Amino acid sequence: MRINLKFDFNILSKKVLSQQLDALGVNYTIHGLGEVQINTLPHTVSLEIIEKELASYGIEIISNQQMALVQRIKDAITMLINDEDNYKKYNISTYLAEQLDYSYPYLSNIFSETTFTSIENFVILKKIDIVKSTIIENSLTLTEIAFKLNYSSVAHLSAQFKKTTGLTPSAFQKIIKKRKERKIMS
Amino acid sequence: MALHTLNVALADDDEDDRLLFKDAIDELKIHTKLSLFINGKELMDYLTLPNIILPEVIFLDLNMPVKNGMQCLKEIKENDKLKAISVAIYSTSSSEVDIEETFICGANVYINKPNKFSDLKAAIDKVLQLNWQYHTSTLNRDNFLLRI
Repeated sequence: MRINLKFDFNILSKKVLSQQLDALGVNYTIHGLGEVQINTLPHTVSLEIIEKELASYGIEIISNQQMALVQRIKDAITMLINDEDNYKKYNISTYLAEQLDYSYPYLSNIFSETTFTSIENFVILKKIDIVKSTIIENSLTLTEIAFKLNYSSVAHLSAQFKKTTGLTPSAFQKIIKKRKERKIMS
Repeated sequence: MALHTLNVALADDDEDDRLLFKDAIDELKIHTKLSLFINGKELMDYLTLPNIILPEVIFLDLNMPVKNGMQCLKEIKENDKLKAISVAIYSTSSSEVDIEETFICGANVYINKPNKFSDLKAAIDKVLQLNWQYHTSTLNRDNFLLRI
């Protein structure tokens, strides 16, 4: 039997983080979007131990402030795009400025400097990533996907897909389907 | 996840193509360390050495003597230690069948060798940028496909 899963990235990461920090006996407050305030550490636990424990779950402590901000921008974008109702209400720049408490031009500058790409480009990449997973799940039609991700039309969605990946949505679907048949994962 | 130097490998039997590729990648803003191989066997021998720093991206020519790009691709994707490396096929063939077959066998990127130097630069830049996003963001790597 084969089942398809959809992950809530936000809940998942918070849950793993809490479980690990609880297990170590750390007193902490999660500020959301990749920021944790460490209140007290048991004397047997150091930051290195926390770092090591979290590393096995793919969680990394970011020491560089710019990198940390970029990561929070990415996380905020991921959350917004996955939240259909809010995504239709907010535009990205207002949302990021509100969530992260910095002006959008400042965030945009830091992002471009650090990642060699723009926030706008990242948003497109992220949306196309969701389109890809949804196509593979085969649960929604392209029209439904376009509506969910706030595209003005299916044509717009298809054009952006083609521009980003060089493939049409159906060519993409065909390749992934054949890979699965041959059990090849990249 | 710091913006470190990207390790890139290229296997291509054509010396001119290797030099062009090196010139193009050197002109990009992204810092890279490029390793060059003259055929697929050299590349695979290197990748399977113990204790080497594995490249993040491999550019593979399809038509090479001794071991061709398709064989390398299959070996890379069947090797647990290597399969996470992004593979970009870099070829003059524009046959749809070839392209589809490489994607199905696990290639992430297919580039038709561009004729103009500026296009080559743009293509490499796009691949490296996108690959970096896949390394540092919560994007699903299984779905990383790009055709240029």
